[in-house]
Amino acid sequence: MSFNFDQELDCSGLACPMPILKTKKAVDSLQLGQVLKMIATDPGSLPDIQAWTSKTGHELVGHEEDAGKFTFFIKRTK
Amino acid sequence: MAKRMAIISTHGSLDAAYPPLILATAAVAMDMEVAIFFTFYGLEIIKKGNADKLQVSPIANPAMPQPIPGISVPNIIGMLPGMTAVATGMMNGWMKKANVAKLSELLEIAVESGVRIIACQMSMDVMGIKKEELIDGVEVAGAAAFIEFAADDAIALTF
Repeated sequence: MSFNFDQELDCSGLACPMPILKTKKAVDSLQLGQVLKMIATDPGSLPDIQAWTSKTGHELVGHEEDAGKFTFFIKRTK
Repeated sequence: MAKRMAIISTHGSLDAAYPPLILATAAVAMDMEVAIFFTFYGLEIIKKGNADKLQVSPIANPAMPQPIPGISVPNIIGMLPGMTAVATGMMNGWMKKANVAKLSELLEIAVESGVRIIACQMSMDVMGIKKEELIDGVEVAGAAAFIEFAADDAIALTF
């Protein structure tokens, strides 16, 4: 599964809450409608990113997991 | 849904400083308004250059993992000179291994991202702490200022 994206952010190795803090900063730097690809290895990143998008209103377009590596595609919606 | 998070931070040890800073930075990243009221020993966290020097005591801290797995060290050993430094070194080692951000880093992000850092005026007077000793961006205020913020539909947490 892959999506078009406009910016990439690698949070591999980072522990909570850094992936969320860096994602927030990166999404804020996007134009409306643009997509961020974020990679994380923190096992908590899936529920955290789901909660973050649900609370902020940005869209989790898709995500995948491969051997402990999580990839998220997040669209800036506002 | 609550739009604010109001945190009270009263302890100045390494382990007690992480939760308020992690929750504050995460909440502000989730578009909440956040304030942390630092009072009594919590003020140690926001003294200039002090965040990464905080310590953790092994005394009366039975939850602390044993330094050597499988060998039980009596808690009273914690009172020996130097044991606080040993425990602090151990905890800093675990945090580094897990790649957890340093307290100074979280504090910096908190200030940058607009978390209100409120230093308790009364505690500062009691403990002889001056505003110049605290990091830039601190507001010095009393309980009422914090309550006024918290009263507006905030999640309130104490550490």
